[in-house]
Amino acid sequence: MHHIISIREVSREEIDDILDRASAIDSGNFDSEALKGKILANLFFEPSTRTQMSFASAMMRLGGSVISLGSVEASSVAKGETLADTIRVVSGYADAIVLRHPLEGAARFASESATIPVINAGDGAGQHPSQTLLDLFTIRQSMSLEKINIGFLGDLRYGRTAHSLAAALSRYDARIHTITPKGLELPPGLTEDLIEYGTDIVVHEHLEDVVEDLDVLYVTRIQRERFPDPADYASIASSYRVTPDVIRGVSDRFLLMHPLPRVDEIDPRVDALPCARYFEQSRNGVPVRMAMLQKVFL
Amino acid sequence: MKGKPEDGLLISPIRNGTVIDHIAAGEGLPVLRILGITGRTTEELSVATNVESRQMGKKDIVKIENRELVKEEVDRISLIAPKASINIIREYRVVQKIGVEIPSEVVGVIRCPNPACISNANEPIRSLFACQRRGYRCRYCDTMITRDVGSYIV
Repeated sequence: MHHIISIREVSREEIDDILDRASAIDSGNFDSEALKGKILANLFFEPSTRTQMSFASAMMRLGGSVISLGSVEASSVAKGETLADTIRVVSGYADAIVLRHPLEGAARFASESATIPVINAGDGAGQHPSQTLLDLFTIRQSMSLEKINIGFLGDLRYGRTAHSLAAALSRYDARIHTITPKGLELPPGLTEDLIEYGTDIVVHEHLEDVVEDLDVLYVTRIQRERFPDPADYASIASSYRVTPDVIRGVSDRFLLMHPLPRVDEIDPRVDALPCARYFEQSRNGVPVRMAMLQKVFL
Repeated sequence: MKGKPEDGLLISPIRNGTVIDHIAAGEGLPVLRILGITGRTTEELSVATNVESRQMGKKDIVKIENRELVKEEVDRISLIAPKASINIIREYRVVQKIGVEIPSEVVGVIRCPNPACISNANEPIRSLFACQRRGYRCRYCDTMITRDVGSYIV
């Protein structure tokens, strides 16, 4: 059984394989009936637009079907059912599960209760491997993943997409630059992991100090829902914003990425610039998730 | 065969039970806690703290009458007293010396400090930590415990 829980457990060879498959799929090279008769269960215990819909789209483009939990309030979870029981039950209804859950480690735990493959679609501030794969795919459409200079701007404490992407890029000898509001730095455990892996991490106070040296700037939203104390959120929100002025002078190959949704952190005037890749990034969710489903099912 | 040893020692030898020696100074009481020994349990105990030690400078010693520790309990002790030596005593004689070994995994012994970890939710789950060079890593949320592991013992 092939679960996909954490990008840390996916080897570089497997990553390259999924990205190669996604490239082929993106060029129209795939069997649209490959998963005919298969059912994917989308279990989203947290709101999601892109991840949920792109997994559904990916499954349907491969000829499969999708069933969903619907709203948590209308499910047995509202009656107090444990995640373990929900997963056991759904294992009897579907051939694979895509799980989004607010608690960290939920996908790993689900994989222990399931009798079918589980794909982690985000567990709290923990892991989001499918997002990481589509982020890597988006970068690779423009440049080699080897030894890139990438800046992470925003909430790196709770930002699971940044955690996973940093961990994945450490396999490609990336140089990582962090630019964060105070209190939202990379978790110490992750920083130590990256350093142990030989990754260069450079900490900056201001984006302007480093932006011209970057190949990629990965911006993340400050996530109100992850802050235990709303006062802490209020004190940090809107502390950074990417505008056309801020990224003037960047290199020709520079990419601006964001996992979306954005709030105030990227000025809409930036959308028209050739470096803005966040909508492309979002669109790439479909071929990359098709490649993941191929991997899990076939 | 040795008889009953002489009086006048800091803690009297025990006839039957377990002696846990070479506990780092100050960790003797947490060792009791990890073994589930409290003021309400019935074991006959001797605890010496801050005892002079040539090897360690200062150390703690715990002696438990009429209780022989089993391997799982010894593994628990390794979390806070990795240098401890454990002697099983019968009729005043050491019949077994057990070295403390740090296990590769610790199951159901320490609580994850991350409140958002699934292992702290109302699920049928036992905490599971992998022992790594830098500390203990939660299998579920990857949180590392690098210090004061004793304070997370369930």
